[in-house]
Amino acid sequence: MKILLTLRDNDVAPRFDLATEVLIVETDNNTPVGKPRNILLPGPSADELCSLIIKEGISLVVCGGIEEAHFEYLTWKKITVIDKVIGSIVEALRLAANGSLKSGAILRNSQGDKSL
Amino acid sequence: MKQYDPSAFSGLDLLNLLNGLPHGVVLIDNEGRIVSANRIFEAVTGYAANDVRGVGCDFVLRANPDIKKSILESTFDTVEILSLEGDIINVNRKKALVRFFVSPLNSQNGKKIGYMVAVEDITALKAHDRQRQGLSEAKGILGHSPKMQEILDFMPILARTDTTLLITGETGTGKDLLAEAIHHESKRASYPFIKVNCGALPETLLESELFGHVRGAYTGAHSDKPGMFRLAQGGTLFLTEIGDLPLALQVKLLTVLDDREFFPLGSSKKVQVDVRLITGTNRDLRQMVKDGTFREDLYYRLNVLRAHLPALRERGDDTTLLLDHFVKLFSTSLGKDIKGFSEETMAELTRYAYPGNVRELRNIVEYAVNVCPGERITPAHLPTYIHAPTVSTQPASQSARVEDGERQGDGRNALPPVPSEMNFAQGSTWSEIEKGQILAALMKTGGNRSLAAIQLGWGRSTLWRKIKRYALD
Repeated sequence: MKILLTLRDNDVAPRFDLATEVLIVETDNNTPVGKPRNILLPGPSADELCSLIIKEGISLVVCGGIEEAHFEYLTWKKITVIDKVIGSIVEALRLAANGSLKSGAILRNSQGDKSL
Repeated sequence: MKQYDPSAFSGLDLLNLLNGLPHGVVLIDNEGRIVSANRIFEAVTGYAANDVRGVGCDFVLRANPDIKKSILESTFDTVEILSLEGDIINVNRKKALVRFFVSPLNSQNGKKIGYMVAVEDITALKAHDRQRQGLSEAKGILGHSPKMQEILDFMPILARTDTTLLITGETGTGKDLLAEAIHHESKRASYPFIKVNCGALPETLLESELFGHVRGAYTGAHSDKPGMFRLAQGGTLFLTEIGDLPLALQVKLLTVLDDREFFPLGSSKKVQVDVRLITGTNRDLRQMVKDGTFREDLYYRLNVLRAHLPALRERGDDTTLLLDHFVKLFSTSLGKDIKGFSEETMAELTRYAYPGNVRELRNIVEYAVNVCPGERITPAHLPTYIHAPTVSTQPASQSARVEDGERQGDGRNALPPVPSEMNFAQGSTWSEIEKGQILAALMKTGGNRSLAAIQLGWGRSTLWRKIKRYALD
């Protein structure tokens, strides 16, 4: 499975349309495989980001707030979108990979993540 | 009756108070982390306050611009309330247009402990505005002529900035309307728009009116008065007839513009203000600077942005547009069934020069709609001075000439209203003619200045100023 997470510093970016960085990770059997790819986008654009997601053959998107139109578009393209996620990218990726990440999740870790 | 006991409020339930507010409100600490939030905030974001306590407000609000960054970058040194406009993506994945109001929170010992952010959803408000055929018409400014289009195109730019704006234009061209429209379109719209006529009050009263006073500042100052600058806090202060501002107050105004603070009359405590200043005048400020009656430094400070409203005679077919608009307006408000003007009336009204500009046109139509018993307004329903012979190519007032407002000779400029009773000798100066007009109007109305102003197509303050200038009082 190929997962894309919108990124801001070390956290899931608060908004899909304002994200300027994404992380693409491939997983196999609930475990990340290979080297994660960090892509800097030329600028914030929900449409461009959707194109990238299609082009990369992503099957799961993890993001913060996303507009209905883009959510519906990606869903229509048979891409699963887990949105409104708040928390560190590492924790979000771990949960997404093992299938336990839910829309609207607030991820707090025991160390107390800086972003929270 | 129980004894007055304000100390009972010291144990106020803060969350209960926040829940009573009509907007989403969130309290955040100095790092932008959520401390508490009211129910509306929970509804907007979809997160329960308990779940997001300690979370950065930017992650929960999902706002553009980044609210946390904006707050932390603002020093709040000169601003009491930070107002931002933008959008959020709400719990339903809808983009909502919102206005944020951020105010710093201090503990009782004066230490800053965080901020209060109020979130007002203005999506419906903006949609409603768009429905009303664009910004200008919604605010009562009509016009399709190139000169008006220039102004209307420029309006959003004027509204987006906080820079001082000077609006020039002859009397009756709509300076007040433009100032108010700009305020309503600006981020300061939810704060007050206050208008002060600098020509309507004597110097000492004007100073108190603008800057306020403390009790005992002068005889008759029985209580503290905040002054218009403070009342307009966060909003816009429109100083009309700025050319009439006395020199002493010009200095004080300049200081306020530079320092954003001032001393109210009789007070030793400085007051800080965050107010956008818009000024208006029908006088030639540049000439006044040359004459030494207006400070040059203030002129340049006020003239950073400039909008010049054209006289009606320079606006081509706008006259017809305005005539039709006001007929509909007054016909409805007066409960009449007037369909419009007869051809002859329309020809006469479009030929007329309107030295009092849109205000005069409006008054003429109001008069005609009142007088007309049928469905069509005929020449007989117009004020008599419209039919009077013409004498001059000058505008309503020479003082009304502003530097950008040179006449355009389109053949319709030459008809200022002259009461039919007046008969001016060849070679009369405009001042003499105008003085005669004022006297005639006052005589006709039995000395009633309000009625005389209506008849002349001027505002009351314009008439008052001219009466003073010609020493007719």
